[in-house]
Parts: sequence; C-alpha cells; structure tokens
Amino acid sequence: MAGTATSSRRRNPVAPYAMVLPALVYLGIFFLVPLWSLLRTSLSRNGGSVFLPTLEFDWAWSNYGDAFSDYRDQIVRSFGYALAATLICLVLAYPLAYVIAFKAGRWRNVVLGLVILPFFVTFLVRTLAWRIILSDDGWVVSVFDAVGLLPDEGRLLSTSWAVVGGLVYNFLPFMVLPLYVSLEKVDPRLMEAAADLYSSTWRGFRKVVLPLTMPGVLAGSLLVFIPSSGDFVNAQYLGGTQTTMIGNVIERQFLVVHDYPTAAALSFVLMAIILVATLAYTRALGTEDLV
Amino acid sequence: MTTLTTAPPPTASPPLAPAPAPPQAARPPRRWGDLALRLVAGLVLLYLFIPILLIVLFSFNDPEGRFNLTWQGFTLDNWLDPFRYEQLTEALVTSLKVAALSTAISAVLGTLVAVALVRSRFRGSGAIDTFLVVPLTAPEVVLGASLLTLFIDLEWARGFGTIVVVHVMFEISFVALTVKARLRGFDWTLEDAAMDLGASPTRTFLRITLPLIVPGIVAAAMLSFALSLDDFIITYFNSGSTVTYPLYVNAATRTGLPPQINVLATAILLVSLLLLGASVLWQRRRPAST
Repeated sequence: MAGTATSSRRRNPVAPYAMVLPALVYLGIFFLVPLWSLLRTSLSRNGGSVFLPTLEFDWAWSNYGDAFSDYRDQIVRSFGYALAATLICLVLAYPLAYVIAFKAGRWRNVVLGLVILPFFVTFLVRTLAWRIILSDDGWVVSVFDAVGLLPDEGRLLSTSWAVVGGLVYNFLPFMVLPLYVSLEKVDPRLMEAAADLYSSTWRGFRKVVLPLTMPGVLAGSLLVFIPSSGDFVNAQYLGGTQTTMIGNVIERQFLVVHDYPTAAALSFVLMAIILVATLAYTRALGTEDLV
Repeated sequence: MTTLTTAPPPTASPPLAPAPAPPQAARPPRRWGDLALRLVAGLVLLYLFIPILLIVLFSFNDPEGRFNLTWQGFTLDNWLDPFRYEQLTEALVTSLKVAALSTAISAVLGTLVAVALVRSRFRGSGAIDTFLVVPLTAPEVVLGASLLTLFIDLEWARGFGTIVVVHVMFEISFVALTVKARLRGFDWTLEDAAMDLGASPTRTFLRITLPLIVPGIVAAAMLSFALSLDDFIITYFNSGSTVTYPLYVNAATRTGLPPQINVLATAILLVSLLLLGASVLWQRRRPAST
C-alpha cells in the first residue's frame, strides 16, 4: 500500500480525486451517457411522419428480434471474418514479433518502427492502396490465377478474401506489438535451459515460450478481433454486396436510412457478442492478465 | 539438423538480415529453421510495407482520368502543386486543427489522471484504472453511433465542435495509458525533496514533476495527434457538414481521387518520421529523465 506514496502524510488526500475528476466527468458525459442514449434508442419505436420522424421510448424489445432475424447473415459473416482475421494475424505476427524480440539485435528498434510505420499513413488511403493491388488487371490476380487460388468469382476484389485480407493488413500491428512486449519479457536462458534438457527447439517453444506469452496472444487477439468485427471500411472499399458486415448495416441504418432503433439494437447485439466472445476466449486461455 | 556457415542472409528485408556470420567456431550454428523464421518475418514486414510504397509511388503518377488508381506515367507535377484542390487542402487544415485542439485538451485531462493513479493508491483507483480501458474495447462504429444518438437527443448541431468533442473522448484513454506506462519507476521522492526545501505543492508540480514527465506526455500527445488525424469511423458519424482529411478521401472514392491525396499522405508520413526521429534524439540527449 505505502509503496510509492511515501509522503502521503503531507499530500492533500483530496488531490488525486481533483486530478481524476475532469477526465472521469468527461468520459461519463461522452462515453457512458451516449451508451445509455443508444440503449434507449434501441428500445424505442419510430413514430411521427416521414417528414418529421420522432422516436418514442416503448420497451420495444422486438427491435432486437428484428435485428437478429433481418441481419443474421451479416452478423455471422462479421464474426467469421473477424475470427479469420485474428487467426491469420496471429500466425503472421508471431514469427515477426519473435524475430524482433530475439534475433533482431541492434536493429530491434528500427524493425519496431517499421511495424508501426503504416499507422502514419491514413487508414483509408492504405485501404485504397489495396484496391489498386487487388484490382482485376493487377499482377496479384494473375498470380492467384496462375497457381489456381483465384476464387470462383474470377477476381479478388468484392470477395471475402479481399475483405479479410484488408482486415488483416489494417490490424496486424495491433497483434505484433503486444506479442513483442510479452516475448521480450521471456528470459532467453529459459530456452537454453530447455535445450540443455534435450528439448527440441519446437518442443521448447511450445512448452516454455508459448505459455509465457499467452497474455500477449490474448491482448493481441482482442485488439484485432474487436475492431475487425465492428469494421465497415474494408467491406465497403474491398468488398461487394455479398460481403457486407454488421458495421456496414449500422452505418447505413444510421446515416442513410435513419432507422435509429434498428441500428442501435444491432450495435448492442455487436457489443454483446464481442463481450461473450472475449470472456470465453479469456477463460479458454486461462489468463486474466491483460496488460 | 543441417548447419549452415556461409549462406547469404535471406533477401527479403535488409534491416533483418544479419551480416554474414564469419565462420568462427564460437558462433552457434545457424539452423534452417532459424533462416525460415527470419524469412517469414521479412515477408510479413514486406506485406506491411507494400501498400505504403504504392501510395508513395502513386503520388508521382500522372493519371489520365479523375481516379488515381492505375499507373500511367511519372510526373513531379503533383508534388509541385500539392494544394491544387482547395477542398482537399481545407479538409487537411481542418484535420490539423481538430488534432491540435483535441490533443491539447486530452493531454491535460489524461496526464492528470495518469499522474494521480501512478503516484498513489487511493479508494477507487483500481476501478478508475479499469474504467479507462473500457472505451478502447468498444468498436468504433458503436462509439460513433452512440455519440450521434446523444447529439440528436440534445439537438446539438454536428460540426467542428462535435468532432473535437468526440476526438477528446477517445484520446483521453490513450493519453492516460501511455503516460502511466512511462511513469512507472518514476522517483516520487524527488517531490518530497522539493517540498522539504520549502516548495509549495503547485510549485513542486510545475518545477519538478512536470519537467521530468514531459517526455511521456510528448509521446502520448504524438500518439493522440496521429489517432485524431487518422480517425474516420467515429468522425464520420458526428461531422455534420464539416470535412476532415479522411472524410474527404472517403467522398473522393466516389467523385474522383486526385494524386494530391497521395502527395499529402506521403508528406504526413515524412513529417511523422521526422518528428519521431527528433523525439528519439531529444530523449537520448536527456537520459536523466528516465
């Protein structure tokens, strides 16, 4: 308790509260109240006329049923894509994070800098670049065609491949960084010890390194899964009519159709599924140490 | 396992490639597995890089139509006339203003929370710690939508003001977490020393604490600025008729993508790299702060 606060006798006990208050009030007003407002909207009914639409709070639970049944495809697809993106990110990011932590030597900070470099280029412009790379007459499509991996549609754009690829690209650094942080904490001597005890490199990795980096795996997975499942930009820029996600529906219902209750109900469905998935995943990995 | 002594490093990425190991007996033998690992890492790094290279390349493109999506020919015209499209320039200026204003506000609010939380444990500090992470776990589309319902409820007109308000909201958590991480291991007895020597708490904070935590705050502010400049989803819901740089890009995907978008994106990248380099050098110069 006394750890860092050696001078508490002299320090004003009200001071920490005064310091946290402004930010907490701000987050209360602009994070919690909006969620409350969204919750109320999700239980309201559209009323009034076409020209003067109104919202009436009515415990309209049917909004949730309707949202589920009308947009089941998009819900399933979103979480399918997010899961695929998370797994691919994990597979791609682990070797990179491992090399940065143990093999990069004095290049470590340079490579870390390269990993976060894409963050300095606007998200939308990066996604547009993928549209160029995957365009129908581009060389990527030719290569996929040549090795027989081209999807049945005969193209890459507007397919699930492109959308998942875009999600992987945009959120990969979020996987690399927490993995790197947890790998860096692993004492290399543990690996030597495993090798000294005649463990193969792979076995040593599986039994020693991987369990120690589970907090990184968990944090990285959540940092990829959550934004992926709610994303609509990749589906909009790289996908087509058959690849729409929940985010696209929420965006459209809110900003184009102005059907606020449906959009609000969908938002809560999205959050509820994310919450359940997060809890299940945290439990499965057997760690609660997130940071 | 096969040992390898003279093979060249994988060609994919120069930064990862180690200097060819001199054939000394003391060096541990390099295995194929190790090479494969480096190769995979290099390829992943390349994957992160390809779109960036393409964006830079297309800033030199001379597109025939209104869409800068296929390579036509090399030109320097775009770089010589980066502000040709008035609305694009205006959008970028708006983005910079939003980023500066929201960062200034969130840096103050976030730093205060971080300092209070790291300096002492108090009733509720654990809960506040957790609460700060919660906004980061909500999908952006939900944050954007919920803020829009609030503004509709309150009948606030969406525009520059609401954009700043929502940016501050998501930046506070990032600033607080970054500053907190940088403050771990900070020697708080320095404050006691100052007060023992008769400084008031305010004077102690301004003259002792603040200068020492400035590097952390600068790092947090840079992150916050970058996040603000880049935000599309939350802004999209709450912008009204105000156009930021990402919003301009989004609208331009339908009406025409001028190469100046790439020029400005490249310029932002270069400026960020310069600032990053400068801050690294600056912190190396004052090692006493850590």
